Amino acid sequence: MKPTASSQIVFGVLAWIAALVMFFPILWMIVTAFKTEGQAIAIPPLILFAPTIRSFVDATANAGYLLFAMNSVIVSVGSTVLAIAIAFPAAYALAFFPTKRTEFTLMWMLSTKMLPAVGVLMPIYLGMKAIGLQDTRIGLVGLDTLMNLPIVVWMLYSFFKEIPGEILEAARVDGIGPRQQMWHLLLPLSGPGIASTALLSVILSWNEAFWSINVTASHAGTLAAYIARFSAPEGLFWAKLSAASVLAVAPILVFGSLTQRRLVRGLTFGAVK
Amino acid sequence: MKRHIAYTFGGIAMGLLGLMSSAAAETLTIATVNNPDMLQMQKLSPQFTKETGIKLNFVVLPENTLRQRVTTDIATNSGNFDIVTVGSYEVPIWGKSGWLTPIKGLPASYDVADIFPSVRKGLSYQGSLYALPFYAESSVTYYRKDLFKAAGITMPAHPTYKEIEQYAAKVNDPAKGIYGMCLRGLPGWGENMAYFDTLVNTFGGRWFNMKWQPRLDSAAWKKAADYYVNIEKKYGPPNVTSNGFTENLALFSQGKCGMWIDSTVAAGSLWDPKTSKVAADVGMVDAPVAVTPKGAHWLWAWSLAIPKTTRHKADAMKFLEWATSKSYIALAGKTFGWVQTPPGTRISTYANPNYIKAAPFAAMVKKAILSADPTDPTLKKVPYTGVQFVAIPQFEGIGTEVGQQIAAALSGQKTVDAALSQAQAATSRTMKEAGYK
Repeated sequence: MKPTASSQIVFGVLAWIAALVMFFPILWMIVTAFKTEGQAIAIPPLILFAPTIRSFVDATANAGYLLFAMNSVIVSVGSTVLAIAIAFPAAYALAFFPTKRTEFTLMWMLSTKMLPAVGVLMPIYLGMKAIGLQDTRIGLVGLDTLMNLPIVVWMLYSFFKEIPGEILEAARVDGIGPRQQMWHLLLPLSGPGIASTALLSVILSWNEAFWSINVTASHAGTLAAYIARFSAPEGLFWAKLSAASVLAVAPILVFGSLTQRRLVRGLTFGAVK
Repeated sequence: MKRHIAYTFGGIAMGLLGLMSSAAAETLTIATVNNPDMLQMQKLSPQFTKETGIKLNFVVLPENTLRQRVTTDIATNSGNFDIVTVGSYEVPIWGKSGWLTPIKGLPASYDVADIFPSVRKGLSYQGSLYALPFYAESSVTYYRKDLFKAAGITMPAHPTYKEIEQYAAKVNDPAKGIYGMCLRGLPGWGENMAYFDTLVNTFGGRWFNMKWQPRLDSAAWKKAADYYVNIEKKYGPPNVTSNGFTENLALFSQGKCGMWIDSTVAAGSLWDPKTSKVAADVGMVDAPVAVTPKGAHWLWAWSLAIPKTTRHKADAMKFLEWATSKSYIALAGKTFGWVQTPPGTRISTYANPNYIKAAPFAAMVKKAILSADPTDPTLKKVPYTGVQFVAIPQFEGIGTEVGQQIAAALSGQKTVDAALSQAQAATSRTMKEAGYK
């Protein structure tokens, strides 16, 4: 069925409304970041005001923004690389050599995501203490890797399912081992899939707050821990908190919009035929 | 020329000294909240590093996250923190369980007797001090002088809750966006319950009797809850159950409240024309009283303590002494203006003419803090310490659960009777599980 012109307009308007509603909190956060603390609490809320970067200055003055930002980059990229390195062979085995238990294994992996993180806080906290990884970037890279691994395996698995098994079979007939198959065939064939998996993993890891607040102190905190600094039980902090949040989400927003086309393509890859 | 050489040598010597001290320097990790006074401490901390060569790292977290983070850290003996920011609630509990290093051997120059006795008592367990207060607060009644004048009423220095209700009716003018009485409604043991506990106290109620049996089903709780729900329904702002301290501070500063009963720390912002539209019209009197003045206003001290798990006890002690000393208060006064200096901890602050001149509310705060006794907070005797909390580990859970019941009554989801009987049942259950009979 071909959509009529009028229905296209209706859907267009609806889509815009939905997008604006979803974007509004972020927009409001950005607007508030350019207010003073006094303007931020004004009732009714100020729409027109003289913007100031004071809150940004305050938010970066003592807080060591660069350390947190660097930690975020290291942890999100590090954990993504590690997760893909582990998930790639796993997905290869699951996709091309299915057994009776493949489905169960996949479900079991995903089920680990269903447990609330706080449920394992104590064991992980003690474990990290025992091996001296508390408040280290390596420790956080490890945790984020484990956290994202099920999703990364699932995504790679679904991309691999799109690749005709015959190609790999032909290679096997020619006597090519699994390592070469993965390296020379699977990797180039699933390039876009890996890229979008990596993008998603970076974003998830960048936004992860629970672990990066709970297992770090002064060295390994990421930008999520940086934002948490600005909420206070007393005093006015809305403008500073907004400025800090803008600083924390800006890199990933820019990164996301630059890679948007690839991300959307990757996410819908295989879903629509 | 000679002077240049002298400067050069001096510079080199200083540089070497700096290198030596930084080579030997310890780094202390301090877990803290981002309250305005704590922010000042972070800004002034380079001065401490300069004086002692000890470096400082701050881990800043929201209050509840901080509590949970520090609890996990101490309980697992991890030692990530050398100094922690704690409130009056935790200090006696953590002192009892041996989590904090007792504060002993303070030098005479520190003048520990200069710290308000009520604050010291609140930070002690069985006579030993477990934390040093950074700043302290009590609760008072804020009101709008201009609105009161226009309504032809004068606020007495010691209002009663009966009078307060009449005043709220007179200044209430929702058509103009002015609400007679703003109070905390946001559920949480440190939010609505902090205020509500003082209301229960002054109506003659208590959390537990001497046998640790919950008394939330008593007539005093019922009277307090009826009063609270009634005054907020009639003269409170809309959606009062989403208002905590910060939201009320915003409302009052924007001229939306006729009265507000809350922490003394709000005074600094309310009197500041940069953040408050009503700076010229704010008045402050005692927190109101119903049946008894006992426990009608709270006492809370944000304090610094040293967890037993630290590996830098001696250096941490140096920082505690520095940050809570008379000279720190003077330094903060000089750097940020006297009105901004950490209030409520030392007698000498309130004898300082600079402070009294800059802070018109100083005498009121002092009186409120001196007259709040956390060891004798209620009309009838109780087995616990704390005015607006009960210093037992279970209270965080109980207080929040009861806070939700009170908020449900306030929003009209439940009747006061239903909310209180469920609050009583929940409290009894938790206490039984915790081994109290």
